[in-house]
Amino acid sequence: MNGIWPDIVAHLPLVWADLLQHVEIVAISVAFGCLVAVPVGILLTRHTAVAEVVITITGLIQTVPSLALLALVLPILGVGLVPSITALALYALLPILRNTYVGVRGVPRETVDCARAMGMSGLQALWRVELPLAIPVIVAGVRLSTIYLISWAVLAALIGGGGLGVLILEGLATYDFGLVLAGAVPAALLAIAAGFGLGWLQRALTPKGIRSVASGRGA
Amino acid sequence: MLQFESVSKSYRDGTRAVAELSLEVERGEIVVLIGPSGCGKTTSLRMVNRMVEPTEGRILLEGRDVMALDPVRLRRGIGYVVQQIGLFPHMTIAENIEVVPRLLGWKPERRRERTRELLDLVGMEPAVYGERFPHELSGGQQQRIGVLRALAADPDLILMDEPFGALDPITREQLQDELRRLQAAVHKTIVFVTHDMDEALRLASRIAVLREGRLLQLDTPAELLRRPADEFVAQFVGRHRLAERTAPQTVREIMNHRPVTLGPGASTEEAFALMQSRQVDTLLVVDGAGRLQGYVSAWHLAHRRAAGRTLGEVCEEDVALAQPEEDASSAFARMDGEHLPYLAVVDGGQLLGIVTRRSMVRALAAAVWGDAP
Repeated sequence: MNGIWPDIVAHLPLVWADLLQHVEIVAISVAFGCLVAVPVGILLTRHTAVAEVVITITGLIQTVPSLALLALVLPILGVGLVPSITALALYALLPILRNTYVGVRGVPRETVDCARAMGMSGLQALWRVELPLAIPVIVAGVRLSTIYLISWAVLAALIGGGGLGVLILEGLATYDFGLVLAGAVPAALLAIAAGFGLGWLQRALTPKGIRSVASGRGA
Repeated sequence: MLQFESVSKSYRDGTRAVAELSLEVERGEIVVLIGPSGCGKTTSLRMVNRMVEPTEGRILLEGRDVMALDPVRLRRGIGYVVQQIGLFPHMTIAENIEVVPRLLGWKPERRRERTRELLDLVGMEPAVYGERFPHELSGGQQQRIGVLRALAADPDLILMDEPFGALDPITREQLQDELRRLQAAVHKTIVFVTHDMDEALRLASRIAVLREGRLLQLDTPAELLRRPADEFVAQFVGRHRLAERTAPQTVREIMNHRPVTLGPGASTEEAFALMQSRQVDTLLVVDGAGRLQGYVSAWHLAHRRAAGRTLGEVCEEDVALAQPEEDASSAFARMDGEHLPYLAVVDGGQLLGIVTRRSMVRALAAAVWGDAP
């Protein structure tokens, strides 16, 4: 094991570039995931009849093995960054969608009802009451997605997406264990860091008045 | 101020939550809607601000059909209080109070001023409580804020849906008293839903008893107790009615019809003997025509060298009197306040009976335990 650290150190410039790319892939995928899943999740709370169907479908996407999904987008979108991000964004959907749905529905009906009865429009009630109360749960979904994607983004290298997976695949191909670790260890550290970072964000975004109450509600 | 004109609410499955409800709420009144669960009281309340829409009939607010008004603007003009869950947990107390003023676009200074004014009104220090969150307050304090929030934009009409239902009895009574005090100070019109008859009797100008969507009776609390419209209302009013109906109304009903009396020609010896046999220390002196002449007490007879004289000569004339149709409670109050041992009940000079402390005890016993034998 003595040879590992020198290897990682030697690969450091390379590791740094791949790490940044990895973060980029994950960040863009999660951002897209949020952009779609949060509004759809909110919309579903208004149409609970279709909610079950939509959540089941996104759940199905989740069950497709990541390797297979990447292989599936390959013939449609080709190789490179775009297909990688597309596939990963699909994966990001479910936790965010589900948590948005659960979080917004979890706001007591009486509270929303009261907001409406006081003269808030539907949007005002959503913006001023429902979303602030649901935000801890929504961010918990984003956090979960992000942590998943950091590990799955390793596979993006398979279809030319880049990232830390490049190091790992190269290492596997050349039996260079040090290179594998040079990709795997930063990926693991990144996942841990993201977990902490988003956990902090979740607390920071939770309105002060419900912080003590909300800690038990996160997913 | 507010009129229900044969308003009905039916649902698609055929259930009828409210059936042809007609009632009018006057300005400055507290009308309490009461009935068992499922009687349509909350539905009726929520139709006023269009949280529920009537299927038939009209609801007029200041003469205008609420269905013709924009629901959002209508609601901003009506105060609304529910059980304490209604406070927004992520907003401070000040922000909660300012919800409607903000929706109405008040300037921040004006909102802050109003919040301070309202918190002062219930004796909650604005500097201390304004920045707190609902979960940092007791249930009673939270519900106070709920009431203030409804008052914030100074609406004429306030709807309250079991606002004190989740509070312990002592806090509930405090808040009821406070609401009455507030109401006296700000003169709002209030429609109040509860299932608690005590609460209704404490607060209401008039009580509307509902059952299965129908209005059974709309009356003042006193009338409701005295004359319940039917057996259901009577039962619903329950023990209050019992107390009220058996409680004597007039002096005539509670007086002792056979006071111990003697004629003015009787001797003091006779008087002593009668006092001893009847175990009393006072006699009323009544002439042959039944007119009250005065009274003699044992103390009198012993201290006034009355031996050998007739009662007509020695009796005192300043008897404390009561009218037969006088309110029994006011007669009691007088006895108690002026330390009178009894009141002679007189009508046109004729002695009808006597009210003593014993009559008072019997009347109270009858009110508490039902008719005493």
